[in-house]
Amino acid sequence: MNDLRNPLQRALGLGSAKEGANHWWRQRITAVALFFLGLWFVALVLMLLHGDYASAHAALANPFNAVLMLVFGIALFWHMQLGLQVVIEDYVHSRWLGVVLQIAVRFYAVLAAVLAALAVLRIALGR
Amino acid sequence: MAEFSLPKNSKVRKGRHHAAPAGAAKVRTFRIYRWTPDDGQNPRQDSYDLDVSNCPMVLDALLKIKNEIDATLTLRRSCREGICGSCAMNINGVNTLACTTGLDECKGDISIYPLPHMPVVKDLVPDLTHFYAQHAAVRPWLRTESAAPDRERLQSPEDRKKLDGLYECILCACCSTSCPSYWWNGDRYLGPAILLQAYRWIVDSRDEDTGTRLDELEDPFRLYRCHTIMNCTRTCPKGLNPALAIAEIKKLIVARRG
Repeated sequence: MNDLRNPLQRALGLGSAKEGANHWWRQRITAVALFFLGLWFVALVLMLLHGDYASAHAALANPFNAVLMLVFGIALFWHMQLGLQVVIEDYVHSRWLGVVLQIAVRFYAVLAAVLAALAVLRIALGR
Repeated sequence: MAEFSLPKNSKVRKGRHHAAPAGAAKVRTFRIYRWTPDDGQNPRQDSYDLDVSNCPMVLDALLKIKNEIDATLTLRRSCREGICGSCAMNINGVNTLACTTGLDECKGDISIYPLPHMPVVKDLVPDLTHFYAQHAAVRPWLRTESAAPDRERLQSPEDRKKLDGLYECILCACCSTSCPSYWWNGDRYLGPAILLQAYRWIVDSRDEDTGTRLDELEDPFRLYRCHTIMNCTRTCPKGLNPALAIAEIKKLIVARRG
């Protein structure tokens, strides 16, 4: 490698981005939220285990369940995006592929969250 | 992508075997990574059957090999008592100091490699240029705004206690080279050793540049590549806890936001 830069210049690189705390904090907040929402979600599914379509529909139409389900979907896909972002940063070292994947993951997360929200809203607002 | 297999010219081949002399009393086998930049050959693993009667530590055995069997074996060593950090290497899969690792702690044949995922200068000598440059980059010295006092800057015993578990770090690089995040992104991630050193100055009650230090660390790669898998803490030959120091830095960065 014919790199005549001083090692310190390489270590300093482009300097500090002075961010990352937001990402770290949101990842933890969504994780805590998902822990409790996950418990609620499992309980809901267990309650509906032997129910039919109408009882599932009614359970989701309940405002309490509908709100939690909305939040669950948003927190889930938000957390997924934050986590996949880190995985891509860790392992994908090709610049263009990394950027493409980061954009794709964000698009997917937003689309999936909106789709989930719409599904819940249609039931909750009784189309 | 991160590379998970060695390039062709780095694949380790079977090397020479050095049998123990007849009548050797207490023989152990050492399998040692060998590579020299001079002959264009692949790295190889030489094995040495060694009489370890007078070798309590792994470093003693390595020096005995170098003195009596194979003078070309290259390694760093200096203090032979765990305070200089020179003889850090990978012994039976664990990064540690050869001088403080007893042969009685090692089971079976003893395989010895240089610190993982570092460029190799020769045999067991890794190139730590970038590691040292990263240390220099956090400017690891007391930085103050206030005028220099007529005497030492004072520190309460309680504040001094906060440096325990930090000041003992000898920068042997065992922790950083045990960290997968440092393997894949060591060019930008500072790694556990340097972050522990940075934290040593962040918590020093005499230092007056804490805000700048935190600013310089808050970066997705410099700091947040740490995913707390704690290889660093498990491997530290000095029994320190770099993972805790990194967690404290992350907490301080959140704490100052409100």
